[in-house]
This record gives sequence, C-alpha cells and structure tokens, in this order.
Amino acid sequence: MADTTASANAPGKKSNVSIGKMLLEGRAFFALIAIIAIFSFLSDNYFSLNNFLIMSNHVAIFGLLAIGMLLVILNGGIDLSVGSVLGLSGVFAGWLMQGVELESMGVILYPPVWAVVILTLTLGAFVGLINGILISRFNVPAFVATLGSLYVARGAALLMTNGLTYNNLGGKAELGNTGFDWLGFNRIANVPVGVIILAIVAVLTGLVLTRTAFGRWLYSSGGNERAAELSGVPTARVKITVYVLSGICASIAGLVLSSQLTSAGPTAGTTYELTAIAAVVIGGAALTGGRGGILGTMLGAFVIGFLSDGLVIIGVSSYWQTVFTGAVIVLAVLLNSIQYGGAKRR
Amino acid sequence: MQAPIHNEAPHAKPESQVVLAARDVTKSFGAVRALKGVNFDVHRGQVTTLFGENGAGKSTLMKILSGVQKPSTGTIILDGEPVELDSTTDAQERGICIIHQELSLAPNMTVRDNIFMGREIRGKFGVDFAEEERQTRKLLEELEEDIDPLAKVEDLRLGQQQIVEIARALSVDARILIMDEPTSALSASEVEVLFKVIHDLKARGVSIVYISHHLEEALTITDHAVVLRDGNMTAYAPRSEIDLEWIVFNMVGENFDLGSPPQGYEFGAPALSIENLCVPSHTGVGLAVDHMDLEVKAGEIVCIYGLMGAGRTELMECAAGRLKNTEGSVKLHGHDISGLSIADRINAGLVLVPEDRQRDGLVQTMTVGKNLSLSSIGNFTKGLFTNHKAEDQIIEESIRDVTVKTDGPHAAIGSLSGGNQQKVVIGKMLVTDPTVIMLDEPSRGIDIGAKAEVFKLLAERAKQGLAVVYTTSEVTECLSIAHRIIVMRRGQISAEFSHDTTKEAIMAASGESLVA
Ligand SMILES: Nc1ncnc2c1ncn2[C@@H]1O[C@H](COP(=O)(O)OP(=O)(O)OP(=O)(O)O)[C@@H](O)[C@H]1O
Ligand SMILES: [Mg+2]
Repeated sequence: MADTTASANAPGKKSNVSIGKMLLEGRAFFALIAIIAIFSFLSDNYFSLNNFLIMSNHVAIFGLLAIGMLLVILNGGIDLSVGSVLGLSGVFAGWLMQGVELESMGVILYPPVWAVVILTLTLGAFVGLINGILISRFNVPAFVATLGSLYVARGAALLMTNGLTYNNLGGKAELGNTGFDWLGFNRIANVPVGVIILAIVAVLTGLVLTRTAFGRWLYSSGGNERAAELSGVPTARVKITVYVLSGICASIAGLVLSSQLTSAGPTAGTTYELTAIAAVVIGGAALTGGRGGILGTMLGAFVIGFLSDGLVIIGVSSYWQTVFTGAVIVLAVLLNSIQYGGAKRR
Repeated sequence: MQAPIHNEAPHAKPESQVVLAARDVTKSFGAVRALKGVNFDVHRGQVTTLFGENGAGKSTLMKILSGVQKPSTGTIILDGEPVELDSTTDAQERGICIIHQELSLAPNMTVRDNIFMGREIRGKFGVDFAEEERQTRKLLEELEEDIDPLAKVEDLRLGQQQIVEIARALSVDARILIMDEPTSALSASEVEVLFKVIHDLKARGVSIVYISHHLEEALTITDHAVVLRDGNMTAYAPRSEIDLEWIVFNMVGENFDLGSPPQGYEFGAPALSIENLCVPSHTGVGLAVDHMDLEVKAGEIVCIYGLMGAGRTELMECAAGRLKNTEGSVKLHGHDISGLSIADRINAGLVLVPEDRQRDGLVQTMTVGKNLSLSSIGNFTKGLFTNHKAEDQIIEESIRDVTVKTDGPHAAIGSLSGGNQQKVVIGKMLVTDPTVIMLDEPSRGIDIGAKAEVFKLLAERAKQGLAVVYTTSEVTECLSIAHRIIVMRRGQISAEFSHDTTKEAIMAASGESLVA
C-alpha cells in the first residue's frame, strides 16, 4: 500500500490549484481591466491617477460594506441591515457632533472626534450583536432577522433627526471637536483617507481569513456547520462574531461617508446592502457559504464602483447605470454557477 | 502479484446472458486515472459483485453505467447495442437504476416525497399523495422496516435513511439495479431482509450489481465476482470458483486479518466513566440511552455491538457533548464534564468520530488538508496566526498515518473515494492527540486493508494509553482488537463479553437471529 499516499507530489499540485484559484479570482480581475480599458477609450478624463483615486474613494464605501458582507456570506448567512446601519451610524455621529444635551445636569457635551468614532462603532457592533444573537441563539433565519434590523435601524435614524439632515459636521475649534471631515477629505501621500481605511480593513480581513484559527472556523462552519461543530469549532460564537464585524464595517462606512459629505442624512445608504452583496458575488463567493475570499470581493467592489463612475463620466443616464450594474451581477453569478456546478458534477 | 487478466474476457462465458456491459472503459479526472480500460459484464437475473479497495474505481464504474458520468473513452453496451447514457433519467428510462454510496436524499422532505421525487404520481388534482403513501408503505413493509412514510428524512437514523434510499431504487422497477454499498449502515438482520429482497428480484429477472466491503456478507449473494484494482479489472470468476481468500488476494495481494487485542500491558486508571446515563430519544418518546453505565480504562479497547436503534450513536453523541443527558453523568479521568462544550471536550482529550461522514464529518467546501487539520488548529496556532509549516507537517503525517489515497493535501475532499473520505474523518480526530476516542461505525465504507490498518493504528495507540470505544454492526469486527465487547439493546447493556467469545453469543445477546 506504499502508493496510497501521494504526499510526495504535493508541491506540484499546489501550483496547479493556485492557478485554478487565480482564474476564479481572475474573472473579476479581467472584468475590471476591461472596464478600465473601455472607459479610457471612451473618455479622456477617465485614465488618470487622480480620477482613479477619486473613484476609489467612492468604492471605499461599498468596499467596507462588502467586506463585512463577505464574512457573513462565508458563514452561510446574509446581512441586509448594513445599508441602514450605515445611515444610522452617520446620523448617530452627526447627533454626537452637534452636542449631546444632558437635561438633568443642564449641560451640553461635545465629545471629541475620537470618542464619536468609538461610540459610533460600538453602535454598529451592537446592531450586529442583536442580529447575531437572534440568528444563532433563537434560530431566526438570517434573511428575516437582518431584514427586521434593516427597518428598525432606518426608522431609528429617521426618528433621531425627524427626517432632517445634520449639516456642518466640521466641529468647532473652541469646542475641541474639529477634525471629523479628516476621514473624508484628507489625503495621506495623496491617497484619500477613505481608501487607506479600506485598504487597512481589507488587509486585516485577509489575514484573519487566511492566517487565523477564526478564519478557518468561519470557512468550515459556512461549509458544513454540523461537521464543524463536531470538530470542535465554536460555531455559535463564530456566527455572532461575523454579524458584529459586519455591523462595525457598516459603521466605519457610515463614518467615512458622512465625513466625505460633512453631513449625515437618515436615508444615506439606502439599498447599499444590495450593492455589497453584488460585490461579494461578483468576487466569486458562494451565497451558500464556505467559498470566497477578500481579493475577489475587493475586485467585485471595484468593478461595480469603476463601472458606475465610468458611466457617469461618459454621461450615460443613471437609469442605464442601473441596467448595466444588473447585467454585470447576473453575468458574474452565471459564471459562478458554471464553475461550482462543474465542480459538483462528479 | 497477478497480472491483469481482463483480456481473458468475461464474455467468454456463453451460458449466461449479458444485459449490460462496459468495454475498454477509461475515466480520468484531470491527472487521476480512475479507470484504465475496464471490461465489465452484468448478467441477466444474477448478482454480479464488484470487489476492490478504496479508490479502486468501483463507484466511478457504476456512475458510468448509470449515466451519472460519461466515460473518457470506451463504450457501454446495453442488450447488445452500444448506447450513450446522457443522464440518470436517460438511464432510468432504459431500466438502469443506482443506489449511491453516499446518500442522495433531501433531508427536509418526507420519506414518501423522497421516494417519488421526480416521478410523482399524477392524480386528478396534482400529485396523488394517498397513492404514493400507500406504495411507500408497501415498499417499507417489503423491507420489513417500521418507518412512517410521512416522517422527515432528517429525523431518521442513518441506517433508516439507507433503507429509504433502497426503497426508492426498488420503486423504480428497474431491470438493472446497481447497489453501491447499500448495507454500510445496516445491521445484520436488515441485511438479511435486503438479501431476501435481492433473491426475489433475481427471480423476477432483475440483474443486480452489488458493491460491498463486507466481503463475507457479499459472498452469500454473489453469482459472479469481479475484482477491481487501481482502475484495472484484475480478476473475474463465477461464485463456484471463488472464496474469501481469493477475493482478498486479488484485491490487495495479501491476506489480512483484523488483528487481536493488544496484550502485554496493564490498563491505566478509568479514562471514561459513564454513570446512570439517560438520553432522550429524538422522537421525544422514551429514552434512547436508558440508565447506562460504562467504564473504559486507559489503554482499553471496548467494542459496542448492537442493532440499528440500540442507542449506540446517542450514547456517543451525548458523551461528546452533542446531545444533552437528562440523568447521570459523564466523567473524563475522574472529572465531571457535564458543562463542557464539544470544543472543550476535544481539548480535554475526548473525541468522537461521527457515523455520517457527509453530514457530520466533512466540510465539502474545504480541501483534504484543511479538513484533516480542522480539529487541531490550536496545535499550529502561535499567538494570533496559524503556522502553515506546522500545519502542513501535521497534515502530511496524518495522511501517512491513516493512508489516505489522495492527490495531495490540496485536493478537494469530494474527489476522494468514499472510504478515503472516511479515513480523513478518523485522521482529523487522531491528530488532536486524544486520550479517549469514540468511533461510531469507523469501518463504514472502508476496505479490508484499510480496516486492518485503522484497527492496527488504534491498537498501537491503545498500547500508549489511549482508551478506545468503537461501535460496529459487523460481528467479525467485534472479535478483532477489542478487549471487551458490550452488546447494547434498547438503550441498555444486554450482555458483556471478553474477547474470547463467539459470534453466535454476541448476536444472540443483541436480539437478532443468525444470518445463514
Ligand atoms: N470527481 C473526481 N475528481 C477527481 N478524482 C476523482 C473523482 N471521483 C473519483 N476520483 C478518483 O477516482 C478514484 C476512484 O474512485 P472511486 O470513488 O470510484 O473508488 P471506489 O472504488 O468506489 O472506492 P470506495 O471503496 O472507497 O468507495 C479515486 O482515486 C478517486 O480519488
Ligand atoms: Mg465507492
């Protein structure tokens, strides 16, 4: 039975597999190249470093949502609440920036920007925690639980502002809470801060997915929850954690967006959850869980962002943009099912 | 070793009629050549049994004969005419039906709906459920199995699911019926019933292809034996010319026995102590495990024998932390582990190799290597990050230890043959370095050589102090490495034997009659 172990040829196989993997993730990559090539041809303004950076700053919003969504989808779930959490986070930050009046003491508190950021992220994490607990402890289907929080979070945002928008989030020097617009406007070495944040979150997520026990737990419980549980994976904890992380990502996106706009409206981010799902799917992840990666998702987000900005630049109507985006999504899912379907037909 | 003799072809036997045949069939999956030019005949109204090691290509050949897969080269001949089987439906229309090695039922649907899936009986108003239910009842009666046609498949035990799978194939009324390890989760008495059914089918002229790793059992119904080895047909003979030794010799080239209890050392302190344990049955009525006591010492190997539904799986799942007990306690090295999660118990050294590898054992979206290392991530995590080098080392060792036949650690788990998948599940738990290992039907679907290897591995680990508990539905496996044999019946221990007992005594205690 000496020939029963084939570990000797493992290195050779390794390269084989990663070529296959490259082709999978390459799909979104080639789409991105094609989009850049086509729009560069159609418009002189498209192909410039500055335009790429501006577009990337837009992508940052979807990209951050998509990263959180990726984690949830890898776990075999879905998080429909991210768009609303984005809106709620912006409003919450705006509310804090306007000053919190403590009636009992008769003072108005102006928390510094770092405190605003931390409180807002905590809010996002809290919504995620509620989602996670509903889904993992009380067995509410993810679709339903997060659909509920989609409405609740949006409603809360509208209630907080009475439907109005917080303007002028710049803060005042004498109150010591300036700097909120830094996230959205400043550049470090000419790169917008939003893009840098996206890059950091993406790299961290990539590390978590590929190099930590948590990443392995996430893939395994998304692939087969029962088997993962019997193998000693704390599946309930993993599930709650991904929704918390998704909520935090949505909050970061909310902060970046309201900072870019220096205003926070309660309807910001409406239907963004769908764009985030689209980015993840275009990136080659399977909605059934267990398959996908950060690189694909980032490419997916850039495909969507560069496509819609390109259509704007060449002056196509926003109605057509919607049609194009839809077509790209369907095409991507089609390729996914051809690929996974092919693997399944043993 | 014997040279391939497939050119001394089976069709040199004129007396029996060949209904279905494969000629020079090859099948490649990328670089893997699963079949290398196989000739295979199915005789009308007889049972052709296919023997071979794990990964020999048996399932692949059957999938080709039933239209699941297409051969890379070669032809399939049905009733003397070359045919192309485009799909399973196409094959079914031509009268060929297959029972797959891995169950292919929809767990969320009822037994009735599963049996008639895709072939619903039309009534005046949509589907005629009453008629379907009646036929389902009849089929299950024929198989002497007490299953409610309206029960959901996911609520059934593995063995019962296998019965449903068999019933579905029988309901098709095929003239060629392929059975790929139909009995791997059945107990002896159920196998007996199935064999009776097979005899009836034969009498009606149905041709049967049968695959099993329970060689003795398979021999009792075989008319023609074919041995596959590494994608080649290595031997062919009618029943009258063969015996067990012939099969084993042709399968693996040497003879195996399943070993004997490791001797020459003292057992240590009690490792696993189960006291007065009660586990409710999952239907909600009665107890699956009924006030049971069991103590296993370090270094001891205990085999639990019992019929399907005797409570073996529930006992093990409860000890592993999957099911809750209503009474009693489970102690590991003297410490009560009631409050611990599955993960905590694995860390404490108590592991379970589950019975149903597809549902509970494997993550299909991950590679062989990642499946193997899933339970021992802690062993190669330094600080926050996993160490790939350490992981690869663990995986390679494990592949070698349990002799998984694979392309390498990066192969997809689904590309492995059934038996090799089973070895991955066992290997995954062994690399956690347990002190107590419970294996629920560990030999399910693995070939005799691998069985011997797994048992040898367990015996060696036992010598080093590992406490081993395994269940089996095959009596010969009780009388191998186990120091002590416990027979379970209706959630209780009905008898206890030392290793020098006889098969007859064990079977009598389990409440089943002898298979002829
Ligand atoms: N879809 C696939 N992709 C790659 N390799 C495959 C695939 N299906 C089967 N193989 C390979 O083909 C060989 C034969 O597999 P097969 O399942 O036919 O074995 P088997 O004789 O049924 O074994 P077992 O007794 O374990 O069920 C194995 O080496 C297996 O790894
Ligand atoms: Mg097989």
